[in-house]
Amino acid sequence: MAADVLCIRNLRVESTTGAVLVDDIDLTLARGEVLGLIGESGAGKSTVGLAALTFGRPGCRIVAGQVLIHGKDALTLSARARRQLRGVRVAYIAQSAAAAFNPAMTLLDQICEGPIRHGLLSRHEARARAIETFRVLELPDPEHFGERYPHQVSGGQLQRAMTAMALSCRPDVLVLDEPTTALDVTTQIEVLAHLKELIALQGTAALYISHDLALVAQIADRIMVLRHGKAVESGPARQLLEAPRTDYARALVAERSVASVQSRLPPDTGLEPLLVVDNISVRFGRHEAVRAARFAVGRGETVAVVGESGSGKTTLAMAICGKVGLHGGRVRFQGADLAPGYPGRSREELRRIQLIFQLPEMALNPRQTVARIVARPVEFYFGLRGAAARDRALELLEAVGLDGSLAQRLPGQLSGGQRQRVCIARALAARPDLIICDEVTAALDPLVAEEILKLLQRLQQQLALSFLFITHDLVTVRRIAHRVIVMLRGEIVASGESGEVFASNHPYVERLVAATPEPRMGWLGEVLHERSLIQSPHP
Amino acid sequence: MTSGRPPALTLGAVAAVSLIVLAVLMAPWIAPYAEQDFTGGVWEPISAAHWLGTDNLGRDLFARLVYGGRNTIGVAIVTTAVAVFLGGALGLTAANAGGWIDNVMSRCIDVLLSVPVLISALMVLSVLGSSVPVLMGTIGVLEAARVYVVARSVARNVAVQDFVAVARLRGEGPIWVVFREILPNVLPPLMAETGLRFCFILLFIASLGFLGLGIQPPAADWGSMVRENAQAIYFARYAPLYPAAAIAMLTLGINLSVDWLLGHSNGR
Repeated sequence: MAADVLCIRNLRVESTTGAVLVDDIDLTLARGEVLGLIGESGAGKSTVGLAALTFGRPGCRIVAGQVLIHGKDALTLSARARRQLRGVRVAYIAQSAAAAFNPAMTLLDQICEGPIRHGLLSRHEARARAIETFRVLELPDPEHFGERYPHQVSGGQLQRAMTAMALSCRPDVLVLDEPTTALDVTTQIEVLAHLKELIALQGTAALYISHDLALVAQIADRIMVLRHGKAVESGPARQLLEAPRTDYARALVAERSVASVQSRLPPDTGLEPLLVVDNISVRFGRHEAVRAARFAVGRGETVAVVGESGSGKTTLAMAICGKVGLHGGRVRFQGADLAPGYPGRSREELRRIQLIFQLPEMALNPRQTVARIVARPVEFYFGLRGAAARDRALELLEAVGLDGSLAQRLPGQLSGGQRQRVCIARALAARPDLIICDEVTAALDPLVAEEILKLLQRLQQQLALSFLFITHDLVTVRRIAHRVIVMLRGEIVASGESGEVFASNHPYVERLVAATPEPRMGWLGEVLHERSLIQSPHP
Repeated sequence: MTSGRPPALTLGAVAAVSLIVLAVLMAPWIAPYAEQDFTGGVWEPISAAHWLGTDNLGRDLFARLVYGGRNTIGVAIVTTAVAVFLGGALGLTAANAGGWIDNVMSRCIDVLLSVPVLISALMVLSVLGSSVPVLMGTIGVLEAARVYVVARSVARNVAVQDFVAVARLRGEGPIWVVFREILPNVLPPLMAETGLRFCFILLFIASLGFLGLGIQPPAADWGSMVRENAQAIYFARYAPLYPAAAIAMLTLGINLSVDWLLGHSNGR
């Protein structure tokens, strides 16, 4: 079709070692159309996105196929002509805006650089257009916003500034690679709304890459699902959401649906709670990161702590572990006071509380084998040696669903989900009573995260474990938490049974709930509409 | 760990370094004369009897070169070991401890770093006299400060990682944390630093030799050989160029080899 701005045909990209990264990808984009590309990490989403810019990442080659921009094959162009293409006809918005800006230049200079360098606009015109874009993006003080440096604006503002930069040349095709993944839920929907508005306003065709189906559904006209470098399914967004044809797409939709959650009753807790957090405060200098927090975790119970980043959730967890000192209050565990710092706690006390982190690749020593990592707590706490410790480690690996053949591997040779399972096995090795999970699924692909959650639930039932579950993902919370604590700027603003908290009309809880994308058409519009009706002041 | 053949330049560098090390190790067998024998006239040209000619006192230059390499390289190796162990241990300790201990140690090291090495070394050596142990100790301590900076900064990055926090929260002692959790992860950059530090120390010993404060005559040493024979240039003899070339070849060779190793160990 002549109207297609971008047309990719039979695209095949291989790594230099010969592995096929994406194969046989066909897609077309008309003016003003948004195509969502979704899939797990490693599915080849970004590779396809970069191919639209005729760019192969280091170590990748486009070996077959065509990338037609306005009907002309861009792959056959000279390097110089391709450079002209990038930024002018095809622009790219990356996940990390912070990495895309030069910290030593003002935002406006960087945004105007493209159109001036390509000779499209004069400095004056570029400035005017940038300020106009700032206004549409609702950036504060659009006249002077551009005079700031990247570190002087917030993450959400920087992401919007990057949008302004990408659109500065009025490109025909915009490639958005997870543009809101690094943002908070509440910031995310604002950025999304502005993106949608600008795309509609400029009639740009867009390729929207994300792992979050619910999010893509809000902005895309059509959706393509990628898996292992192949297109599994593609079609209009509504059809994909409401009547997915393949099992894989069906699993993706089901995973994000709030409706699939079954409410669970907390187990009977007649005894004294396992963990009692009594009025604790944590200060960093003059900044109070946690203020007078007070809650309890019962045996076999899962308590979720939710809030935006910076709300003090992780600090609270660290205070319970004794990794940060307390300014006031105390932590009671099994009826006895714990020393505020971990060096003051006994080995037995340390053993009973275990921690699982957000990024498993950071939480595993890259130079130790899986067997070594899991066997160490067994040796350390229970004095098992040699073969006995090794057998116990294998048992633990089996318990978390890992094959014994992985035992001799290094963490770098495992996938993200496998690594997180190793972390869980290591925590279990101590036979703890309480496991603190700090955003354990945040860095994982949705389906892998789902499996990890199921594993944790199963282990809870088998071993009567208690969990303190720190997360910003409300879908996760509804699925597994018995009780919820909502934090805002260091304070607990709401707490109670999961269902009650979500049903309550605390304004901040409502805002959080409302900001969680739901995989149905028109959700974004509804949320924005409600917001404008409420005219809610800043939280 | 490594993949692909190293480039020709690296292969050349490795070959040059191996050749020098081999020659130096085999000195008693390949040197035609003893280190300190007067075997001919002053600054004789190249001949069958004297492969590189003779020096300012009529000693065989080739023999002096291989024995001198023995002295220079031997002292440099021991000094490097002192610097790396001392600096590495202190750097890891500081990184693991953090807080005020790290601060106090780092400021002390800063003081040491603020004085040019050559000046500190000249000061110490002129007071204590230049014997081989003093030489090794002085340069070892001065260079340890530089190793400390590297060791501390890489170890600091590892020490803040979650797996170290896991070990600490498990109740592991500092010895385990430093040797089992941190050290294996800082070893590759530390090895590279060792290679480069060796080059600097070699150059440093040679410069001290050139200034007359290094390994003392009549023992041969590449630095002092350059100085003793410097005048030969006026008589169109190459005598000082051989030890100078040996220093250059070895330093450059090690640098290139380490660079390549470093570039290929990052990929894990």
